[in-house]
Amino acid sequence: MIDWAWLGDHLGAIAERAGQHLWLTAIALAVGFALSFLLALWSLRRPRVYFVVSGLAGILYTIPSYAMFAAFVAITGLSIFTAEIPLVLYTFVIFIRNIVVGLEAVPADVIEAADAMGLTARQRLVRVEIPLAVPLVIAGLRLAGVSTIGLVTITSILGDSFGGLGFFIRERPFFATEVLVGAVGSIALALTADAAFAALQRRLTPWTATRTPIWVDPREALPLGGPG
Amino acid sequence: MSIVGAIGAWFTDPASWTGPSGIPTRLLQHVGISAVSLLIAIAIAMPAGLWIGHTRRGVRLAIALANLGRAVPSLAAIGIVVPLTAMLDPELGFKVYPTVIAMVLLAIPPILVNSYVGVAGVDADLVESARGMGLREGQILATVEVPLALPAIVAGLRSATVQVIATATLGAIYGLGALGSFIVEGAAQFRGEGKLFGGVVLVALLALVAEGSMALAQRRLTSPGLRLGSR
Repeated sequence: MIDWAWLGDHLGAIAERAGQHLWLTAIALAVGFALSFLLALWSLRRPRVYFVVSGLAGILYTIPSYAMFAAFVAITGLSIFTAEIPLVLYTFVIFIRNIVVGLEAVPADVIEAADAMGLTARQRLVRVEIPLAVPLVIAGLRLAGVSTIGLVTITSILGDSFGGLGFFIRERPFFATEVLVGAVGSIALALTADAAFAALQRRLTPWTATRTPIWVDPREALPLGGPG
Repeated sequence: MSIVGAIGAWFTDPASWTGPSGIPTRLLQHVGISAVSLLIAIAIAMPAGLWIGHTRRGVRLAIALANLGRAVPSLAAIGIVVPLTAMLDPELGFKVYPTVIAMVLLAIPPILVNSYVGVAGVDADLVESARGMGLREGQILATVEVPLALPAIVAGLRSATVQVIATATLGAIYGLGALGSFIVEGAAQFRGEGKLFGGVVLVALLALVAEGSMALAQRRLTSPGLRLGSR
C-alpha cells in the first residue's frame, strides 16, 4: 500500500514543503491578527461599526476558498499576494470577533476599579483589558491557525511554488503514498499548531484552567467548517 | 474595467445558459450534490449528537471527532479518497465519489457538535421537571430539549452548509462538474476571465444565499425569549 522507498527518497522535499506550509500560515496569521486588532479596537463599544465590520468579515468567510483564490489570480497574478490576501481575509471573522468579545467581556467593576486607580484609557487597555482578553484571543488563534493551515493546501492551485504539503495531495492524485503524505501531514500540522496554541494559553493565563471546549462561544456557536 | 465587461459578456452570452455545461445545469448539480451530502450527514450526525447531548455519553469522543474534523483540510479529505475509489471505478471514482464522500465527512462534525452542545446546554432543571411530569426520555428530547437547542442545531447546519458548498466547488479540480467548473475552465482558456469571474460570482452568490437563508431560519426558530436583545 505505502511506497516506503518513495517516502525515504523524499524526506527532504517533505520537510521543505512543511516549512513552506508553516511559513505561509505564519504570514497570514501575523498580518491577519495585526489588521484584525486595529479593526477590533475601532469596533469596540461601537455596535454599528462592529455590526458592519463583522458582517463584512462574515460575508468574506462564506465565499468558497477555491473561488476566492481563483479571483485573486486574475488580479494579483501567481504571486505570494494571491496566496496571502485570501488567507488574511479569512482570519478576520475569527480574530475580530474573539478580540472584541474578549475585550467587552471584561467585567464593568474591573474597569471601574482601573478608572478609580487613575489609569488612563490607554493604560487601562494595555494593563487590564488586554490581559483579561487573552484566553479568548488565543482561542481565536487556535481556530484561525487550524483553518489557515487547511486553506494553505488549496494554494496548490496557484502552481508548484505554493501549497505547502497540499502540493503532495495534488501532484499525482492516484499515488496513495504521496497523497497520504500531503493529507496526513497537513492534518498533523493543524493538530500540532492547535496543541501549541493551547499550551501557550495555559502558560500565559494559568488561572483559566478550564476544560470548556473552545468552540463554545459566549454569543453563538463558532464557525466550524467554513470556506473549505 | 475590462473584467467587468468580460463578466457581463459571459453572463449575457446565450451559450452560457444552455446545454450540459450551462449555468442552470451546473447550478442544479451544485445544489443537488450539496443537498444530498447534507442530508446524508444529517442522518448520521444529528441522531448521534442529540443522543450524546441527552445521555452525556461519548462526550469525549464527540469533542475528539470535532477537533479532528476541524483539522482536516477539505482538499485532504477529497485527495485521500481518490486512490481508493479510483481503484473501484476509474471514472466516477475520480470525479464524483471522492468529493461527495469528503462533503459528507466534513459536514458531520459541525452538525454533531452543535446538536450535542445545544442539547447539553438545556437547563437541567427543565429536563428534571419534565421527567417529574412523567415524560419518557424520548418525549423529553423531542418536546423540551430539541426545541430549546434548535438555534444551536441550525447553527451547526449553517456551518455545514457553507463547508459543503465550498467543498463541492473544490471538487471541480477533480472534474466533479457543478459551478466550480466555470472557474477551472475559465482559468485554463485564453481570455477566459469572463467565465472564471462569472463562476466566482455564481459560487459566492450561492454560498451567501444559502448562508443567509440558514441565518434567517436560525432567527425564526429561536424562541423570542431566547433572542439576544431580550437578555
